[in-house]
Amino acid sequence: MAWVFRKLMEGFAIVDNSTTSSSRTNWGDKVFFNLTRFFALLTLLLLVGIIASLIDGAWPSIKLFGARFLWTGEWNPPMERFGAVIPIYGTLATSLVALVIAVPVSFGIALFLTEMSPPWLRRPLGIAIELLAGIPSIVYGMWGLLVFSPIFAKYVQPFLAATLGKLPLVGSLFEGPPLGIGILCAGVVLAVMTIPFIASVMRDVFEVTPAMLKESAYALGCTTWEVVWNVVLPYTKIGVVGGIMLGLGRALGETMAVTFLIGNMNFFNGFSLFSPGNSIASALANEFAEAESPIYTASLIELGLILFLITMIVLSLSKLLLMRLSAQEGKGT
Amino acid sequence: MKIDKESIMQSTTGTDLETQIAFRNFNFYYGKYKALRNINLDIYKRRVTAFIGPSGCGKSTLLRTINRMYELYPDQHSEGELLLDGVDILGKGTDLNALRARIGMVFQKPTPFPMSIYDNIAFGVKLHERLSRVDMDDRVEWSLRKAALWNEVADKLNQSGMSLSGGQQQRLCIARGIAVKPQVLLLDEPTSALDPISTMRIEELVSELKDEFTIVIVTHNMQQAARVSDFTAYMYLGELVEVGRTDDVFIKPTDKRTEDYITGRFG
Repeated sequence: MAWVFRKLMEGFAIVDNSTTSSSRTNWGDKVFFNLTRFFALLTLLLLVGIIASLIDGAWPSIKLFGARFLWTGEWNPPMERFGAVIPIYGTLATSLVALVIAVPVSFGIALFLTEMSPPWLRRPLGIAIELLAGIPSIVYGMWGLLVFSPIFAKYVQPFLAATLGKLPLVGSLFEGPPLGIGILCAGVVLAVMTIPFIASVMRDVFEVTPAMLKESAYALGCTTWEVVWNVVLPYTKIGVVGGIMLGLGRALGETMAVTFLIGNMNFFNGFSLFSPGNSIASALANEFAEAESPIYTASLIELGLILFLITMIVLSLSKLLLMRLSAQEGKGT
Repeated sequence: MKIDKESIMQSTTGTDLETQIAFRNFNFYYGKYKALRNINLDIYKRRVTAFIGPSGCGKSTLLRTINRMYELYPDQHSEGELLLDGVDILGKGTDLNALRARIGMVFQKPTPFPMSIYDNIAFGVKLHERLSRVDMDDRVEWSLRKAALWNEVADKLNQSGMSLSGGQQQRLCIARGIAVKPQVLLLDEPTSALDPISTMRIEELVSELKDEFTIVIVTHNMQQAARVSDFTAYMYLGELVEVGRTDDVFIKPTDKRTEDYITGRFG
């Protein structure tokens, strides 16, 4: 036994000598550093590549229509006249409706799950919400079209028209015939689809708030709401905004469900949320196969480029918002 | 274990001791586990009472019952009586928010809120009182002066509370606690995360604050208990082994277990 052991030790010693430890780690570190740097740069490269190819593909349309493309409401394939107002409005409006509904609901869900729910309910509810995220979007689309939109047309839209529709300014968003499908309907279903993302991110970040920080707010005599609103939310603001952006990203790019529900109409008739419209993603999905002329294809690719830019602008705005918020909190951390 | 209350009372006659908090046959449970057994203890007004004992003896648990912090955790509950100024606060009818306004608390680690230094203090005050801007400014200054922090932060009240050093943050938390004007201040190992100089400042602060507040301090550090407290309660395995004037407990403990602990034989 002892002999074997000694031999083994010698073996290790030999290995040690042949590659002195310092050079070995240096070499390994170098490889690892370069490997990880390569991966990191690869994402940047891909991003630049995608932007470049989008611009290249959209070039004929950019050259022909110029900036007019952004504010022309006409989308007329036979006449080969294209403008992006309808899909841009549809994309922004559906996503905004989705966020207006999803953010407060998700906040409530996360608040309940982390602060108020009895422990036995926490797990099943959490799992149910995560499962909502796993439902394929086409299922949401079919459910929205066949089940939700008739109910929406029969009960919800008349109610909204009779209440919010009577208000000045906002009222114009809720006028027109209750068709069911349309921008509002698509937005509501998008809200259901984004809630699991936003809610589970919010729950996760609420959970990492140190118990001692929450307790010190309770110790001052705060109610649960005051603790969450004044302490937990500011403490987790980066995560919360990140979660909302994740949801918004999904809403902006969502294709299948929106295609089912938005009505795919390319005539612009007012800003009412009741009217059918079109979104960038669903226009691309619906029309790419039938786009034969080069300018039609180029215009669709330009729509894709615009969607990309919208996402980038939204992300920058969220960064800006976070900077404003931390400025409010006080300088220097 | 029976506490010899008579001897305590005798040793304290002649002074104006007034009971602020009283535990009577108090038990506490984490789920089914009985963490505190039959605690009978008086905490006197405007005195510093220290809870000492080895880790896990229940001293922090006992402290956290005084503002009913355990209510946040559904599996924890208490039995017996806990009197604040003669009124049992364990009942269902107790307004927890009002109770906690009367009892401030400072934790093991500094916990500044993610807001400015000024707002860290004003936040708690706003929960219970409506003050004009001028009155609020006065209150913030008053509490920061009390916490011996004013001179260091007077010119940067708008900076984040998180930008301060650890010791300053802990004094900010004390200022935040006293700004609400509580009667009792609970300190749960307030210096365990601080350097010796910051620790010394907090200890000096405790001695000054006891003129106005009843202070209960949990500490791992026996020298600290000896330095800052008027009364010391020694706890072991969920029981209150000995309680009395700090000098008596440290110089001639009546219980063998207390003696073993304070002479460093274990713990």
